[in-house]
Amino acid sequence: MRRSSRMSLPAHPPAAIAIAPKPGFAAPCSRGAFSPDKPMIGFLIRRLVFGAAVLLGTSILTFTIAFVVPADPAVAMAGAKADPQTLATIRRELGLDRPLYIQYARYLDRAIHGDLGRSYIRRESVTRLIASRFPATAVLAVCAMALSLALGIAMGSIAAAYRASPLDNALLVLSLALVSMPVFWLGTMLLIAGGLYLRSFPLGGFAGPMSLVLPTLTLALGSAGYYSRVLHTSLSDAMDQDYVRTARGKGLSGGQAMLKHAMANAMLPLVTLAGLDLAGMLSGVVLTETVFNWPGIGRLAFEAIFNLDIPLIMGTVLFSAFLVVVANLVVDILYAWLDPRIRPWEAG
Amino acid sequence: MSGMRKNRLAAVGGAMVMSLVLVALFAPVLAPHDPTRAVAPTYGDPSPPSLAFPMGTDQLGRDVLSRVIYGARVSLTVGVAAMAMTVAIGVMVGLMSGFFGGAVDFVLMRLTDVMLALPALLLAMAVVAVLRPSLFSILLVIGLVSWTQVARVVRAETLSMVQRDFVIAARALGAPSPRLILRHVLPNVAPIIIVMAALGTSGTLLLDAALSFLGLGVPPPTPTWGRMIEEATLYFRTAPWLSIFPGIAIFYAVLGFNLLGYGVLSRRAR
Repeated sequence: MRRSSRMSLPAHPPAAIAIAPKPGFAAPCSRGAFSPDKPMIGFLIRRLVFGAAVLLGTSILTFTIAFVVPADPAVAMAGAKADPQTLATIRRELGLDRPLYIQYARYLDRAIHGDLGRSYIRRESVTRLIASRFPATAVLAVCAMALSLALGIAMGSIAAAYRASPLDNALLVLSLALVSMPVFWLGTMLLIAGGLYLRSFPLGGFAGPMSLVLPTLTLALGSAGYYSRVLHTSLSDAMDQDYVRTARGKGLSGGQAMLKHAMANAMLPLVTLAGLDLAGMLSGVVLTETVFNWPGIGRLAFEAIFNLDIPLIMGTVLFSAFLVVVANLVVDILYAWLDPRIRPWEAG
Repeated sequence: MSGMRKNRLAAVGGAMVMSLVLVALFAPVLAPHDPTRAVAPTYGDPSPPSLAFPMGTDQLGRDVLSRVIYGARVSLTVGVAAMAMTVAIGVMVGLMSGFFGGAVDFVLMRLTDVMLALPALLLAMAVVAVLRPSLFSILLVIGLVSWTQVARVVRAETLSMVQRDFVIAARALGAPSPRLILRHVLPNVAPIIIVMAALGTSGTLLLDAALSFLGLGVPPPTPTWGRMIEEATLYFRTAPWLSIFPGIAIFYAVLGFNLLGYGVLSRRAR
């Protein structure tokens, strides 16, 4: 199977700021022309199979990790003072006395039907626990994504429009500074500034729009710096292409040429990044949620790890992998729709 | 025009990194106090920055400045060692994948896909929690969750190398695979590895700080910047300086490596 180059972008890549994706900017951009034909269906099926395979791989990996854990789940449930008989009963009830591959097969079978097992500590359905925490995380993720895209696009396109000017330099340093800030520290600083000194914002928890402001900023600023760099790189490349030069030759100003011609191409790498980042954020943002005491999936996963609550750990990790796989699929389809030159199903 | 600019970025980044290395090396000379001892008269009560203690003192009466200075040792060591681990795994996977192709490439790249789909921080937390936090387990975990990016870049670079004439010629002369990889491919892939290492260190520094902040870092009494911030969260209302200064230190270190890597990378592309 042909590997799409877009898969290669990491979901959380502060370290890789300068490795901007560069699809070919060879031809002029003409939008539209998206005709769903048979090869495309084949492509979609291949991508779906590929996604399912990745999920299978992640489930095997997490299952393996869960079973090298020295902690005994039966002891975790019954307490350290439980007698051997109770422990044996619990093991039998959970199926822990069966061979590993049977345990895995049972887990997989249930997972496909949406049942991720029961939390050892909370004694609740893992699926239900994740569902109950999802809204808080989702609100935060969507707000942060909107803000980081807005800021990132603004910074990136202004920098590209005034290339090699002092403003460009300042924006470059600003964006590098934003990606270099540890999220949990930025959150703490915002909490001190906005919550303690200004007293305008609550000091944590999820209650109403005001409580959203500081966590959203915390989560958005780093990504904004990253997006700004990526857009700057791809816009600068696009501006050097012949079709933009042609547009300028026809009398368009630099700004017009950028917005009307270069931007459409330059946005593509950003679509990939934002798609994967959104998936990453939706699966929980441990650090931001910890700083702001946010009742989201990140905190749930954090507690699960501290309690060695294996079904809950596996559930949150698999949920996260699922979102990333779905995001990849959506990004691939979006790509083909946004850029008719990219027809992965013709190359495959 | 902007070549100059990138040069300057790399130079500033390099200077920042060098200054940190010096601070770490000369910590005993530079630090005014013992970082692990209570030195403030206000024992048990954090005191704000003053002439005697420029960054204040913490809840145990320890000097924050001295702790930040000593913290550079652990944080830099962990950051650089974790980067070495990351690069070692990534280069190995990337070279094998790009050089041998076929089934080897297929298996390694599918493994990379799986790793990329897994949430890095959660995975790191889970593995550290299982292995118990120690210097070694943290290095191992950071390496295990962050090699994918290096592997992909090295693989791409290797793929283009194995088609070059000098590699084909060496192969035709009968050079065995290990020799081809070590003598012909690796030296030519090295420049991009160095850039990835600089950028990678900013990533490993942040990941290490995050793990420390979540209580999964290098265990006490060694002062680390991430754990200083974690310990300070209890006092963020009354003693904000406890989290401000270690954070600035992390920020400075990460920014230094980012500027260095970014500057060098942009110059290479020219």
